[in-house]
Amino acid sequence: MKSAPAGPVHKQRFLIDFSRPVLIAVAVVLCILILLPMSWLIVYSLTDKAGTFTLRNFVQLFTEATFLEPLQTTLLIATSVGFLCFVIAAPLGWLVARTDMPLRGTVRTLIMASFVTPPFLGAIAWELLAAPNSGLINQAYRSLTGAGPDEALFNIYTLTGLIFVITCYTFPFVFVLVANALDRIPGELEDASAMLGGKTWTTARRITIPLALPTLLAGILVAFLQALNLFGSPAILAIPAGFHTLTTKIWSLFQYPPKPELAAAASVPLLLLTVALLRAQAMVLGRRGYAIVGGKYGSPRLVRLGWLRWPALLVSFLILMMPVFLPYGALLNTAFSKVASRLVTFDTLTLANIHFTFFELSATPPALRNTMLLGVMSASLGTLLALFVSYITVRKAVTGHRILGFLATAPVAIPGIVLGVGLFLSYTRPPLVLYGTLWILLIAYVTIELPSAFQQLQSAFQSVHPELEEASRILGASRLRSLRDITAPLLRSGVISTWCFIFVAVVRELSAAIILFTSETKVVSVLIFDLKESGDLGAIAVLGLAMMLITTLVIVLANRVPGLGGVTRLRNT
Amino acid sequence: MSEQFARPRPTRRHVVQGVLASSVAAAATRVLAAAPPTEVITPALIEAARKEAAVHWYTAMDLPAAEALGKAFEAKFPGIAVRVERSGSERVFSRIAQELSSRINNVDVVTTADASHAIVWKRDGLLAAYVPEDVARFYKPEHKDADGTFAIHRAHLSVIAYNKDLVKAEDAPKSYADLLEPKWLAKLVKGNPNYSGTILTATFQIARDLGWAYYEKLAKQKVLQVQSSVDPPKKIALGERPVMADGGDYNVWQQQQKGAPLEIVYASEGTPFVTNPNAVFKSAPHPNAARLLQNWMLSAEGQQFSVDITGIYSLHSEVKAKPGRRPLADIKLMKDDAQAVEAQSDQIKARYTQIFRV
Repeated sequence: MKSAPAGPVHKQRFLIDFSRPVLIAVAVVLCILILLPMSWLIVYSLTDKAGTFTLRNFVQLFTEATFLEPLQTTLLIATSVGFLCFVIAAPLGWLVARTDMPLRGTVRTLIMASFVTPPFLGAIAWELLAAPNSGLINQAYRSLTGAGPDEALFNIYTLTGLIFVITCYTFPFVFVLVANALDRIPGELEDASAMLGGKTWTTARRITIPLALPTLLAGILVAFLQALNLFGSPAILAIPAGFHTLTTKIWSLFQYPPKPELAAAASVPLLLLTVALLRAQAMVLGRRGYAIVGGKYGSPRLVRLGWLRWPALLVSFLILMMPVFLPYGALLNTAFSKVASRLVTFDTLTLANIHFTFFELSATPPALRNTMLLGVMSASLGTLLALFVSYITVRKAVTGHRILGFLATAPVAIPGIVLGVGLFLSYTRPPLVLYGTLWILLIAYVTIELPSAFQQLQSAFQSVHPELEEASRILGASRLRSLRDITAPLLRSGVISTWCFIFVAVVRELSAAIILFTSETKVVSVLIFDLKESGDLGAIAVLGLAMMLITTLVIVLANRVPGLGGVTRLRNT
Repeated sequence: MSEQFARPRPTRRHVVQGVLASSVAAAATRVLAAAPPTEVITPALIEAARKEAAVHWYTAMDLPAAEALGKAFEAKFPGIAVRVERSGSERVFSRIAQELSSRINNVDVVTTADASHAIVWKRDGLLAAYVPEDVARFYKPEHKDADGTFAIHRAHLSVIAYNKDLVKAEDAPKSYADLLEPKWLAKLVKGNPNYSGTILTATFQIARDLGWAYYEKLAKQKVLQVQSSVDPPKKIALGERPVMADGGDYNVWQQQQKGAPLEIVYASEGTPFVTNPNAVFKSAPHPNAARLLQNWMLSAEGQQFSVDITGIYSLHSEVKAKPGRRPLADIKLMKDDAQAVEAQSDQIKARYTQIFRV
């Protein structure tokens, strides 16, 4: 450990001088990322084609049934999904994190597989399973029970069907929040309760659950917002069923002739609702934080289930059938069969779909290239930006860090499709015409994923107690040196998991891409959507499975590369 | 000061000069408006196209068929990669409009199933005048543009069809009126005119001939609403619905070739007739490759290839129709009218959305 009197002081002053302009630069970048598209959105919603100020767009929005019905439908869907996710994810999270249920590690990993699946791919897979006449489940139902040719066990082209599919791919968000929170509750609290005479269930009821309640509420809110702002699943299931949601309505307003003012006006309620809910969440949760991991805490006490272990496992796997086993089974079947509604056998197995997708479909190579490129670039850029901002906010490195933190979290209030509309309006006009390039997609992806990346890294930073850094500083190392030698190695796994998270989220993103893409900048999610509109199910299945394979490979590699973080599971969200 | 505000008063000399000038201009434009020279595929064109190495083709044709056509072109003219951008005609139109208005010049050649789009593009001055020799010699005047900006690549129909395994021939619908019977409740599938040019053209023709009341009654049948006209044949082949109320006839034929038990019904009231213009854009990033593709697609060889793999009706008088497909002369067709579609396109889409709620 060196201690040169003049050295550290000199470095410190240099760092402090540097940080002011850097803070301003980062704040400017964040402002441009977020405020520019939103201001154009508001401008467009309040003006008509000639550019004069008018409230007519909003009047039209709230008086025409073609707008009001989607709004009502969207709220209904979001509420139902929020409730259902709570009902499913909370017990499952408790089972996995707090009990001695066997195979809980596997269950956790499989739920991550559900998280990695794009909702629109899940919707297509569920169409293969539960279309009333050709769906595989319904065919099986009819042959097993001898029901008539018009009866179906489950019709996916209904509001219930849509809610079901959205819940399948939203509950992992709630699950992860609940499971992580339950992981972190110190064992000492439950020990204390046991020592004072509380039985297992009393402890669970009076200690564990109240501590987890804030997270539960946050989880329900996340599920509600996700369902509110989803585009892919409604576009695939609602339109054949004969109804629109607000997101599909906004998108339809972009078809020729485009009505950007109405699209902007329709985006405003979504935006306001999201902001209001987030404010409500902040007020309800107050300043209650999670337990800080300072390096010493007892492991959680597991609840012994006894003979209930096996029913619990059975229920968990039944739940996992819905988002994971059945849909992927259907996709595998479709990829290798000539007719998607028949179960493939060894005689009818065909590789024609794979050949078509990779050797004949001319849009596949550029789409794969664009997706990989954007995934890697967004993940790297987003992680870097989030790392920087989270360091400043957590270590309170400069005054004004709270504004930075607020700006970094602000995009979570903007639905994906709304951001797409805002970016489209901002960057199709001089001086900065980015429409038609990959840059506009990069901006969209980084903006959308920044809040979660920031929150993950923030909690990663918080889990590294400052006393470790302070010890290093006391012994004479500079701030930079402490960062490099003490904090960075401890953060490695957090950084890797954040990078992977952004990569996965970018690959599955559709709502912003569907507005911003052009034929040269198509990504795989948009390609799959296009193929769905023309009914090319074989190609969809092959592309979807390829996408999942690549994503899984990237995550596995990122975690296994030596020196990059060892064995880390994608635990945080 | 007064010179600034003084305006020349028209005198008799001005009138004479004006008449002279305008008659000269009229004569000149008449000369200019004569169709551009016919073009053959020359080695120079092929070489120039090869240097460009790629061509971007925006099309509403069924995707595997489009890719096969692209591959056939690549096999004939090696070194020129065909990038197929496939979507419904209305989407293609929308995307081209968005791209060109943002000065993204990406489209070389377009094949659309909405004939009114060619009228709009020509009016906006976006199309290049290029007349392949085959178009000049073998296409009837009503199947090409007088100024050489587009020609009809193929014609197809929007038909009723059903799955023979699910519907007996005697129970099958024979007309549009039959589709309104209660027994077809929740048994029909159809495309969307907001997406598909084929369906938009068909909707226009049916609404004109049978009235919008037909669609209002059809909406009560709980029809499965898909987007593209190539999708209903796939849906009835899957067995999801037994009958399609509209969809591409050549797509049904393609499914039949794969062994699907489908049967086409030519409605007694008439079958909508859809033409597909092919055009080259002035702003094409690969102008020579674009012209080469246009020329080949409209030539006897290109037409025969299309007919062989998709069974569409070619309007090239030297091309033999696919055996087994009913000749156009034997089918009662509804009259196509691209000008009227162009004028009413937005109203048709809005009214359809209002009736079908999507």
